[in-house]
Amino acid sequence: MTPFNRNFGQGRNTKAVRLDMNWKELTKAGNIYEPGNAATYETGDWRTIRPVWNKDRCIHCLICWRYCPDASIISTDGKFDSFDYKHCKGCGICASVCPVHAIDMFSEDEIDRREEARKNEE
Amino acid sequence: MEKVLEVRWHARGGQGAKTAALMLAESIAEMGKYVQGFPEYGPERMGAPILAFNRISDNPIHIHSNVINPHIVIVLDATLLGPKVTQGVPDDGIYIVNTTKTPQQVRGILKITGGKIYTVDANQISLDTIGRVIPNTPLMGAFVRATQLIPYEEFMENMKAELAKKFKKKPEVIEGNLKAIERAYQEVKSE
Amino acid sequence: MKNKVAITGNEAVAQAMKQINPDVVAAYPITPQTEVVQIFSSFVSNGQVDTEFVTVESEHSAMSAAIGASAAGARAMTATSSQGLALMFEMVYIASSLRLPIVFPVVNRALSGPINIHCDHSDAMGIKDSGVIQLFSENAQEAYDNMIQAVRIAEHPDVLLPVSVNFDGFITSHALDVLEVLDDDTVKSFVGRYQPEEYLLDAKNPVSMGNFDMYDFYFEHKRQQVAAMEAAKKVIEEVGKEYEAISGRKYGLIDAYRLEDAEMAVVVLNSAAGSAKGVVDELREKGMKVGVLKPRAFRPFPFEAVQEALKKVKAVAVLDRAETFSTLGGPMFADVRTALYDLKNDIKVVNYVYGLGGRDLRLEDVEKVFGDLADIIKTGRADKFVNYLGLRE
Repeated sequence: MTPFNRNFGQGRNTKAVRLDMNWKELTKAGNIYEPGNAATYETGDWRTIRPVWNKDRCIHCLICWRYCPDASIISTDGKFDSFDYKHCKGCGICASVCPVHAIDMFSEDEIDRREEARKNEE
Repeated sequence: MEKVLEVRWHARGGQGAKTAALMLAESIAEMGKYVQGFPEYGPERMGAPILAFNRISDNPIHIHSNVINPHIVIVLDATLLGPKVTQGVPDDGIYIVNTTKTPQQVRGILKITGGKIYTVDANQISLDTIGRVIPNTPLMGAFVRATQLIPYEEFMENMKAELAKKFKKKPEVIEGNLKAIERAYQEVKSE
Repeated sequence: MKNKVAITGNEAVAQAMKQINPDVVAAYPITPQTEVVQIFSSFVSNGQVDTEFVTVESEHSAMSAAIGASAAGARAMTATSSQGLALMFEMVYIASSLRLPIVFPVVNRALSGPINIHCDHSDAMGIKDSGVIQLFSENAQEAYDNMIQAVRIAEHPDVLLPVSVNFDGFITSHALDVLEVLDDDTVKSFVGRYQPEEYLLDAKNPVSMGNFDMYDFYFEHKRQQVAAMEAAKKVIEEVGKEYEAISGRKYGLIDAYRLEDAEMAVVVLNSAAGSAKGVVDELREKGMKVGVLKPRAFRPFPFEAVQEALKKVKAVAVLDRAETFSTLGGPMFADVRTALYDLKNDIKVVNYVYGLGGRDLRLEDVEKVFGDLADIIKTGRADKFVNYLGLRE
């Protein structure tokens, strides 16, 4: 039997689904073929309070890395490196579990205000 | 056979009328004819009056409605003889009844003048041959005799195969059933 | 005719399932479907099939298990009737929207209440808008043939939808009928091996199914299902042609019986179509130009084929074995009337609801319908377009 009318549901050829795709371009039944694609969804804009690292206090135990529900603690060579602010939702778990209080939570508003004030001073 | 031949069975739940209607259909189908066999499903209770039907034809059968005007009526239990048995049956209808009564007596009970009546004591026959009262198989013998629709020898061959299939785990009952059909075929009385 | 057997509709369908030899069957018994599952389970226990039989605690679970098996990559089936299909309802939508080719016989039975175990099409009509393909069968032969073709239709890459094979409870399921069965090898090579393009247990090509859709994607995925249904029409016909080559029996979207020069037609599903054909034969002998249209596929609704078959008739009666309670007649009436509307031929289309809860459709009933149609043609008027056939008025 010859296949026909197969121009819809692109299946495996479709990797990243985009909002501008029409029904013929989208994957069949909304199937997802790319593992770990949640990374493309940036949850950083959900955040209202931001974790800030206190370099002097940190003992690099990486308890924060283990507890972070969004894999937003980036470590390099077994040491704390930085926060992934594109995905960090600002839940504050890292600050709460830190045994040496090396993570402080600041309101995003407060940070914005401070940055503006600093810019004005310059 | 020009038209579709229709059969109606009257019995009580547990007497094996459905089984008989299906087995009869199977063995007639073996002979190259087209058949239907189906019961009327109601509240199924042991002893309650039930109906089963057959259609037999040389050509494929399209119709799927109930049988309303059967040409042949088979009565497995004489206590069911009454107006329901004659309902819709044409004047030249055939009645096959399991009873110790004579065909004349049955005619009186049914209050009919036309048609042909066959009687056979299927209860006694099944008791003698199978060991308990199951009148359904002997009545098939009476059916073959009364209708002359199918050659007796060929019917018995097919029935043997049917029974062997049905009683794979109880081969001892096959012989009794065949004997019952044979005796009914011979002992049936008509008028 | 070779391989001619006298068996009941349920036995025929169980036989088809045996020859298809699916990977997984998950089912729960319900009258009048019970025998299908019971007979098939004996094939399983006797080692006559390789099927994994899943005994579940409800029809909801039966379809759920079939969905899981199908998504995992197995050829999966279930079977049900009436209340069972109603309980399965939620999962039927999941199966069709996940685009899983699950084949399931539906042995048509009325829905409660009042409680009733006999034939009508209320159960099937409940899922007519769920996105499953619905094939209907006039007799045991067609039920058997439809089962085998359903596998190919469901699994066709352009379709990938569940297919339900409908046949009438008791009338077809429990009645002994003469039919021809194919030999095992023929069926085996016809259905072929199930090779899904994607499945959950394909570790090398991971896929995630049953994902969450918001308003930004859901609509598009529903539109894809419509396209699959549209494609199914062509696939049903193609598979029918292939099946004719191995069986000698013709199958298309519809069965048009003596309609070539007909002035009046009855449109009816399943076993009642057989009775209507019998009446048509009798009336034709009396010189009446009458015919029967039996949709084999009800979903997708083959409206083009229905238009083509009925475009020359003057009056049509649609016989529905289900009520919609819309006060506008039965479900098929709406579809047929819509299909004929654009022909602008002024075809009079009337509706008869019949046979609810197993009420027998008598040959006189069908004769009456044709009598009514003759009157409509004579007077040019159809005042009452929803009627009840065989009802005590």
